[in-house]
Amino acid sequence: MIWEVFRQERKGQPFTHGGSFHAPDQAFADAYAREFYARRGESVALWVVPREAINAIEEFPDEFDLKYRRVDGYSIKARLKEARDRAGTTAD
Amino acid sequence: MTERAQLLIELADDELILGWRNSEWTGIAPFLEEDVAFSSIAQNEIGHARALYELAARELDTDADALAFDRKPEEYRCAPLVQLRFVPDWARTIARHVLYETADAIRIEHLKEHEDAALAGVAAKIEREEVYHRLHAEMWLDRLGREARYTEAVEELWPYALGVLAPELRPALAERVDRPEVDAVERHAPGEEFAELWNEMTMVRRSAPVGAQW
Repeated sequence: MIWEVFRQERKGQPFTHGGSFHAPDQAFADAYAREFYARRGESVALWVVPREAINAIEEFPDEFDLKYRRVDGYSIKARLKEARDRAGTTAD
Repeated sequence: MTERAQLLIELADDELILGWRNSEWTGIAPFLEEDVAFSSIAQNEIGHARALYELAARELDTDADALAFDRKPEEYRCAPLVQLRFVPDWARTIARHVLYETADAIRIEHLKEHEDAALAGVAAKIEREEVYHRLHAEMWLDRLGREARYTEAVEELWPYALGVLAPELRPALAERVDRPEVDAVERHAPGEEFAELWNEMTMVRRSAPVGAQW
């Protein structure tokens, strides 16, 4: 059985993925997580999660190129250049 | 030597030699994760030994390394339980781990109440780490507890486990593991199996000139 461990470096910080290992049950997993990810004082808290409890989502179809929904929005560079050319002005 | 120094050295020798024996699994434990965990526990035990030797050393006007490595094999006071070499027998290793941690818990609880504040303080510190050693021992006990090779090992090691504790603490151990008190294998001058361990353990120290700094 594979376990994923998330660790928190300091109180209040987000948990980040630490790594994974094999262990037969939660008790073994907790003991190993402690030894692997907290023995040197590098974590203040751990989340020890069976990998099968994690539902991975990897498909995100975007067939119609709906750019306006993305944070970077439209690129106006090309359209700005066209407009300037029409007006006979150039950027300084 | 005072009774206090004698007690400290017995405890420290137990932790050092058990740590040494358990460290013999490094690289060859049943699986990788256990290898890391068991080696780490072994290292903790040796850390406890250091703290105890340091307390004794202050009283005896020497240092922890000298107590750990410069005595003759026959001067060590460790219980016979921790001297036994079990590699590659995991069932007996875990049986000893469970029995030792149970006995040690009783001993540490007792020492936390010791009239000597320094000794009681070190005992409290050790206890905070031993909690996790016991959790580790118990999870293996849950797995192996009903296997014949495990129960046979406990049967064999039970008189040795009693020998870890002073006679007045033995009834508590018998009660905790639910076994009748039998004749204990008492502490005595170590034998041949120990001499071999000692030879390896002190090899580097003996190869360096007296007074070398590390």
